[in-house]
Amino acid sequence: MQKLSLKKGVSRKSAYNLRDPKNDKPERHTLAILVDNESGVLARVIGLFSGRGYNIDSLTVAEVDHTGNLSRITIVTSGTPSVIEQIKAQLSRMIPVHDVHDLTVEGKSVERELALFKVFAKGEKRVESLRLADVFRAKVVDSTLASFTFELTGTPEKIDAFADLMVPLGLKEIARTGVAALARGGGN
Amino acid sequence: MSKEVNPQKITSGAEIVVNALIDQGVDTIFGYPGGAVLPIYDEIFKQTTIKHVLVRHEQGAVHAAEGYARSTGRPGVVLVTSGPGATNAVTGLTDALMDSIPIVVLTGQVPTFMIGNDAFQEADTVGITRPCTKHNWLVKDTDILAEIIHEAFHVSMTGRPGPVLVDIPKDVQFAAGKYQKRKKHPNNRYAPQTVPSDQLLLRAVEAFENSKKPILYTGGGVVNSGDQASNLIRKLIAESNFPITSTLMGLGCYPASGKNWLGMLGMHGTYEANMAMHDCDFMFCIGARFDDRITGKTDEFSPNSIKVHIDIDPSSINKNILVDIGIIGDIEVSIEKFLKLWKDRGSKRNTKELKSWWKEIENWKEIDCLNFNNSTKVIKPQYALQTLEKLTKKMDRYVTTEVGQHQMWAAQFMGFEEPRRWMTSGGLGTMGYGFPASIGVQIAHPKSLVINVAGEASWLMNMQELGTTVQYKLPVKQFIINNQRLGMVRQWQELLHGGRYSHSWSDALPDFVKLAEAYGIKGIRCEKPDELEESIMEMIQYDGPVIFDCVVEKHENCFPMIPSGKAHNEMILEANQPENKIEKSGAVLV
Repeated sequence: MQKLSLKKGVSRKSAYNLRDPKNDKPERHTLAILVDNESGVLARVIGLFSGRGYNIDSLTVAEVDHTGNLSRITIVTSGTPSVIEQIKAQLSRMIPVHDVHDLTVEGKSVERELALFKVFAKGEKRVESLRLADVFRAKVVDSTLASFTFELTGTPEKIDAFADLMVPLGLKEIARTGVAALARGGGN
Repeated sequence: MSKEVNPQKITSGAEIVVNALIDQGVDTIFGYPGGAVLPIYDEIFKQTTIKHVLVRHEQGAVHAAEGYARSTGRPGVVLVTSGPGATNAVTGLTDALMDSIPIVVLTGQVPTFMIGNDAFQEADTVGITRPCTKHNWLVKDTDILAEIIHEAFHVSMTGRPGPVLVDIPKDVQFAAGKYQKRKKHPNNRYAPQTVPSDQLLLRAVEAFENSKKPILYTGGGVVNSGDQASNLIRKLIAESNFPITSTLMGLGCYPASGKNWLGMLGMHGTYEANMAMHDCDFMFCIGARFDDRITGKTDEFSPNSIKVHIDIDPSSINKNILVDIGIIGDIEVSIEKFLKLWKDRGSKRNTKELKSWWKEIENWKEIDCLNFNNSTKVIKPQYALQTLEKLTKKMDRYVTTEVGQHQMWAAQFMGFEEPRRWMTSGGLGTMGYGFPASIGVQIAHPKSLVINVAGEASWLMNMQELGTTVQYKLPVKQFIINNQRLGMVRQWQELLHGGRYSHSWSDALPDFVKLAEAYGIKGIRCEKPDELEESIMEMIQYDGPVIFDCVVEKHENCFPMIPSGKAHNEMILEANQPENKIEKSGAVLV
């Protein structure tokens, strides 16, 4: 069979992609999707994921451009390379979707998540929770004589680590926003 | 209200709907009235530009619109009421989505102030139809109603065509609002890529030139791209002398009488088409989507070929089969550029190898895979289709089908010389599609011969549309291949489930001739092979609707067949081959 001389790399204009066809290990990808902020748009995106059996590890959505009525949906998903490629193609062809960026392959990006932790502790454990919060640069946003509520911003891994430490100290409740992500540098 | 610089006419929402449809050039609506669309029906009553066709069930309306759209290339329009009207349209919407048929469905909705209250005939229509439309809208403001209807037409027809739905609450239909005229160039953001990348086209031409065992695998995308796309494919075939096959949806884009035609491919495709797909070294997939009915076992699908895929929908590329060169573009634009590029480089091809490739194909053809044991006592379904083809192929003919064995036999034994002459439910496989579709086709082509090749079980699913054919004096011919069985289900039960025919026969069939007579139309029954030609001629010559009850052999199986979970080169040609036992792993597949 004759080998074709094809240029490597992903072009947004071409469907040709030189991914390894034999690689079927799941990968974690962060997608940023810019959509018209119209009624039902989130249901469309989520419906695509559930209808076609794709995973959602984390999802955040909010309007980011009030004049242009645009929302940014950040989805962390996992799947084999071919599934990830399908997800992007399926999202891109939806009518209210302006743009789909795969932050995992399009260069470096920053990912942040915000979380609130409610910790009930007494005595030494209460002091230790404050100390650890200081190490993680978490803020105390509410306190009673029996509890602290901490606010922490960071990567999902950092939030996981903080939560793990707080469990033995009396972590009772946790609220996470899901990942917000942007590409690094001046490009978009 | 203050007079604005640009005085736009203030009218009711209902009038806006009708104006927008007229503005879009709509001449026919298929619909069924109900409480939530009464204002629109009132406006339809007051005008004569648009013809309204009253169906007998909303599913019939959508399939009729599909038949209209597929046979004309213009979007089919449906108008139904809220709640059950909308939910009955769901099957048709899904069918149109799978087969990329442009239709615009307008549904009534309870008034905005009652939405969410479980009002009478309320359903979350946009919620229910979100996964089965290309896009849908709930319009809550009369001022933007016209704009959204225009956008709906634009979305339906642009890129990969598909069904759209506009849900219009009753108070929005009554309220006064501004009418926006259709713009020549919609400022809509939706504009899928139609022009392919030159660099990728060049690679495709290289692969085309170097191929020794090429094949063109074409699909419904060629038909959707427009008649010029079919002409260009014909040109490409004529100048390259490459063999060509097509999917069920693509039949007619290359003439069945053409010398390079291998017949349909896939599960019930011809032996030569499937073997050529398996053994080729260059596969040029044009507007098809590597459906599981085409590929069979994907791991063993055409193992030694370079695959080039042109499609307007990026999500079709690399979905089921990884291709070497995936090109996003409209078929007409892409093939035109491809042809020019190939000619500019000297129309190169490997003539010698091509000759021996054709020799291989001729050997496969000699197997004569569509051969069947005819009978003088009972009508074989294949013989019925063969005879129908013989008597009608020279006519100005459109064929629709239901779903099942008869559909595959029709695809095997009938030949189509032009695109848009063959309407069938491919992706969704909707039993009950063919009869209403034939109505839509006949409305669009009043002078042509429209035949619905049906199985009796499928046909009964939407037989209420007999009322529509009578009311509009539509001379559609219902050619029912009556084996008193759910033939394809029965065939699978025979091959896969030990011949335990669980609920796959029709125990209480009507007398189709009397049924026809009850509606005041013609009924013909034929049970003997030697009377078939005469009976079919009687059907064709009758000026009016006909139900033709063609009583056929009950246990005929449809061959050739690629069993589920098998590769192209493992086709079954007839049932009594010992190796035709289907394995358990294949039995779980549909």
